[in-house]
Amino acid sequence: MTDSMKPLAITLTGCAKTFADGTKALEPLDLVIKSGETLVLLGPSGCGKTTTLRIIAGLEQPDAGGTVLFDGEDVTPLSIEKRNVGMVFQSYALFPNMSVAENIGYGLRLRKTPSAALRARVNEMLGMMRIEKLADRRIDQLSGGQRQRVALARALAVRPRALLLDEPLTALDAKLRDALRIEIDELLRRLGITAVYVTHDQAEAMALGDRIVVMEHGKVAQIGTPRDIYQRPATLFVADFIGTMNRVAGHVAGGAFVTSAGSIPWPEAPARATEAMFRPQDVSIADDGAAHLKGTITAAFFLGDRTRLAVDVGGDKPLILEAAARRDFSHGDPIGLRIDPHGLLSL
Amino acid sequence: MTRDSYRLTTLLLPAGIFFAAFFLLPLAQLFHIGLTGKQGWGAYTAIVTDRNYFSSLVSTLGLAAATTAATLIISGIAGVFLQRNRFPGNGALVAMLTFPLAFPGVVIGFMVIMLAGRQGLIGDVSRWLTGDKIVFAYSMAGLFMGYVYFSIPRTILTVMAAAEKLDPKLEEAARSLGASTWRVVLDVIIPGLKPAFISAGAICFATAMGAFGTAFTLATRINVLPMVIYTEFTLEANIATAAALSFVLGAVTWVVLAVARTAAGSTVAAAG
Repeated sequence: MTDSMKPLAITLTGCAKTFADGTKALEPLDLVIKSGETLVLLGPSGCGKTTTLRIIAGLEQPDAGGTVLFDGEDVTPLSIEKRNVGMVFQSYALFPNMSVAENIGYGLRLRKTPSAALRARVNEMLGMMRIEKLADRRIDQLSGGQRQRVALARALAVRPRALLLDEPLTALDAKLRDALRIEIDELLRRLGITAVYVTHDQAEAMALGDRIVVMEHGKVAQIGTPRDIYQRPATLFVADFIGTMNRVAGHVAGGAFVTSAGSIPWPEAPARATEAMFRPQDVSIADDGAAHLKGTITAAFFLGDRTRLAVDVGGDKPLILEAAARRDFSHGDPIGLRIDPHGLLSL
Repeated sequence: MTRDSYRLTTLLLPAGIFFAAFFLLPLAQLFHIGLTGKQGWGAYTAIVTDRNYFSSLVSTLGLAAATTAATLIISGIAGVFLQRNRFPGNGALVAMLTFPLAFPGVVIGFMVIMLAGRQGLIGDVSRWLTGDKIVFAYSMAGLFMGYVYFSIPRTILTVMAAAEKLDPKLEEAARSLGASTWRVVLDVIIPGLKPAFISAGAICFATAMGAFGTAFTLATRINVLPMVIYTEFTLEANIATAAALSFVLGAVTWVVLAVARTAAGSTVAAAG
């Protein structure tokens, strides 16, 4: 990109949103989006992530008292057409009455860009998204992946101050989603543009985000790097939402966590822990003598490269772990488990 | 004949008979009657050669086009507004707008006279304000008003149904690229409503071409084709000319609509 300007920093202070019917979509939110970072808003539907994005975009006004700052300048009263932000939607939202090239050039046409410069920029965007051959196509002749590429090109053609993406990959099938996710990641890094990315898919969030904001019921549950959030979840909600988290109930006694199915050595256990949590990859299968916990297999899913097991150890929910695919497991088999003490957590 | 095409023909037969009996035969008969007068083919060429007939054809086309344009503008704005804004009485207002559907042309004509006639409301108000009494009920202007009035209910529901299907994200995308409200209307809303405008406009145009009751109520001076046909048929007993003019009225309307649809066709397909 030719832009030499420093990417935009966005600051939200006290941004709440109550809809006309009285629903509170967002509790007062303070958020700093650093210059050039990709911030992912992650959470289940109805958590307020899209509302937050729409407030940043200027499509929604925050409740009285909330302010949105772009590089320190208050843009709260400005509507979206004055904010110069690029938007990408789940439904692509391409203009059906225009060709691919016309869609990409639309924002430049509104800015009265001279036609030679407009054509050059459109070609540059077509090249960047590798869709040169589609320039004259109608929108209804494109696949979902091609449409989203056109939408990205259209949003970036006007050199927006920030790129806002609202579940851009959700409408695509799994394979295409992975391919385009990598492409978007490369694109954002290369352009160095400040980006806010809304998704409900934790894998997408982990892969793309410099930082992730996990949201629940209109509130921020945790803000941090993907590693922080995965390894040190702040709440049970975050622990459950990001990846798979196993939980067993018990108490701490003599450097170990004692449960009804056996005890797990845990030198650094917090004295008052009543629950131990660990990820599936910190569990291994062990012989009776070496096992920390003993349980029975309640389900086994052969996944090709590995087998996913559900093991009942007397809790509300079975433990989830993964085993090498070579071994055969069947429902009802007894099994012994070892837990890596470095993977143990409690809240 | 293969078995399949035999069965297809059999299945299509009832529709074919119906079509022939109630459309093709009467139309052919009408065309034939048009030729039975002493001027022969002259009855058909008269529409262009006879100054009176031609001017009435032109004014009928002009009236229908103006009615269609005015109706689409009014229903477009009102339809999108009513679809987007929910307010108390919204449903009642929509129901009221469709009210004129049930009125015969005579009633519409009567209402135009009450509004813009010699004893009309507009005349009274204008005399009170300026001393001049404005009366336009008995002219093309009165007819235009009446036609727009009864065309709006025919188009507004179609527009509302189409407005409901517009993707709000398209408007947001346009705005994010810097489009003003007016540009959004021009680049997103109007193209999105185009198929609805074309189908509603076609009905509106055809109805305005052939409407008779309102014109008949308003004046005998109004020079529109349905009035000319009526005069030729009942007063002059010039049945061949009346038949020829009727056939031409139908044919011209059909051609105009076909041209409009073809011109819009490519963009309509693109909007799918």
